[in-house]
Amino acid sequence: MNKLKLPALRPYVRHKYLVLLFLPAFLYYVMFHYVPIYGLQIAFKDYVFSKGIWGSEWVGLEHFRDIFGMESFWQVFRNTLIISAYKLLFGFPAPIILAILLNEIRLVFFKRIVQTVSYMPHFLSWVVIASLFIQFLSPSIGPLNAVIKWLGFDPIYFMADPKWFRTVLVVTDMWKEIGWSSIIYLAALTGINPELYEASKVDGANRYHNIRFITLPSMMPVITIMFIFAIGKLVNDDFDQVFNMYNSAVYEVGDVLSTYTYRRGLVDMEYSFATAVGLFKNVVAFTLIVITNAIVKRVNDYGLW
Amino acid sequence: MKHRWSLSSVAFDVFNYALLILLCISMLYPFLFLFTLSFSSPESSFATVRLLPETWTLDNYAKVLSNEFVLAGFGNTIIRTALGTALTLIVTVCTAYPLAKRHFPHRNFWTMFVVFTMFFSGGLIPLFLLVKSLGMMNTTWALVLPTLLHTFHMIICRNFFMALPESLEESAKIDGANDIVILFRIVIPLSMPILATVVLWTAVWHWNAWFDSLIYITDPNNQVLQVVMRRIVLEGTQQMMNLNDAEEVANPETIKAATVMVTTIPIILFYPFLQKHFVKGILVGSLKG
Repeated sequence: MNKLKLPALRPYVRHKYLVLLFLPAFLYYVMFHYVPIYGLQIAFKDYVFSKGIWGSEWVGLEHFRDIFGMESFWQVFRNTLIISAYKLLFGFPAPIILAILLNEIRLVFFKRIVQTVSYMPHFLSWVVIASLFIQFLSPSIGPLNAVIKWLGFDPIYFMADPKWFRTVLVVTDMWKEIGWSSIIYLAALTGINPELYEASKVDGANRYHNIRFITLPSMMPVITIMFIFAIGKLVNDDFDQVFNMYNSAVYEVGDVLSTYTYRRGLVDMEYSFATAVGLFKNVVAFTLIVITNAIVKRVNDYGLW
Repeated sequence: MKHRWSLSSVAFDVFNYALLILLCISMLYPFLFLFTLSFSSPESSFATVRLLPETWTLDNYAKVLSNEFVLAGFGNTIIRTALGTALTLIVTVCTAYPLAKRHFPHRNFWTMFVVFTMFFSGGLIPLFLLVKSLGMMNTTWALVLPTLLHTFHMIICRNFFMALPESLEESAKIDGANDIVILFRIVIPLSMPILATVVLWTAVWHWNAWFDSLIYITDPNNQVLQVVMRRIVLEGTQQMMNLNDAEEVANPETIKAATVMVTTIPIILFYPFLQKHFVKGILVGSLKG
């Protein structure tokens, strides 16, 4: 080792203990992140398991031509965008509003109760939450339909009615995550200098002025960063949620890119086709993040990098 | 500080409290419904809204807890959670520490190497094929190794390490300690809050994980609890429900509710303790973005 002539490696020898500590992570990232990225090439091949990634034949862009010529793909792509757009429209501001409302609460124990209660669903899996809501919204035993029937209307098959399914997705997603997502905004609010509020009071500001001119601007850096992530998620749909909640009756409105990839890839074992769909989704998501980050940075100077 | 009791301010408070109380009710009511359903006898009617069971029974729980798949699922979940959490904690600390050190060679490059995976991945199929070709199918390793490091948690841990006073480590270095000794003797004892956070995050993640078990584990006896529950509740698999003994009256809905409760109760019991650490972890991590 002491004969080593490569000067670039010298610091690695000098800090060999740090390198040793980092080694498992290096192996992990190469093995379970970079090897799968390398494996993405099967989107351009006709993958046959017995031949392996290397042995399978190149087919160029054939799978992508297949995908883009397929009505079922566009249907799924549309569903993904529509559901994500609704989630962005309703789900993104909700925790911000909750944080602002909580910030206006002066009774500490009440604030704490609301926080504790609203965080709770976040700790449960989508399997649990989906099971819970399938029973809760059931036309035969669910209390919501009991009320609807009591009011004299027909029961609604929330989980199996294409008219309602997207609403169910958006509302249950908000229900599960609203409290948890508000934490990061509340963290931003704890950093506000209380003197700002006192000064504005002297100037005769009321609470709406405070919220508009002090609270909200203080949250802007965090809102910006969360917004970039949310844009990146436009095509990275919530597999966990949709997969556990949907059924064949609502495929036309509920089937999204990730569930489609799962069914075509792992159920029908069309590995190359499904990988191509996954790659398409990944590239779009990555591009969206980069573009949003660039725009946001130009507009207000905050960004992810 | 003097409050001015303007009418609009009072109106705002009334509205605000009412809205938040409503939010709490909407959060809690579905759980109360599930609770009620799980303790109800099979013949109970749910034609009207019911807050508590018509007749209380423990039969549903007895059925669920005597179900061999549920019991096996419990065991498998505990094994993966214990093994996964232990390994993840060790590797997270070992990764976060070098990345927190200014003198780690090409630190920025290695940070990018790690962070890039948060934004771009091979996706479902290449990972599945990899796990399969590594011969990890039907082993606990398939549930533990592909998710060994959660990059975001590791970064938060790194930020915490970076905030520790450097003078402590320098004096240890003068005394002849190397980086590994410093990590274990000085840094780790000072980092208990963030380590507790990582442990809880990972443990809850493993407890709730199901998809990897669904695709990597094919033997029904080796499935984790969440997948068993999925089969019973979402797919309504009769065999897994132990409903084959036809002479008994059984209501699949009350059985399903009890199954969901059984999966949920462990987390709900730990929840007040978990919440504190989770929130603290988020706050610690967000201080240095």
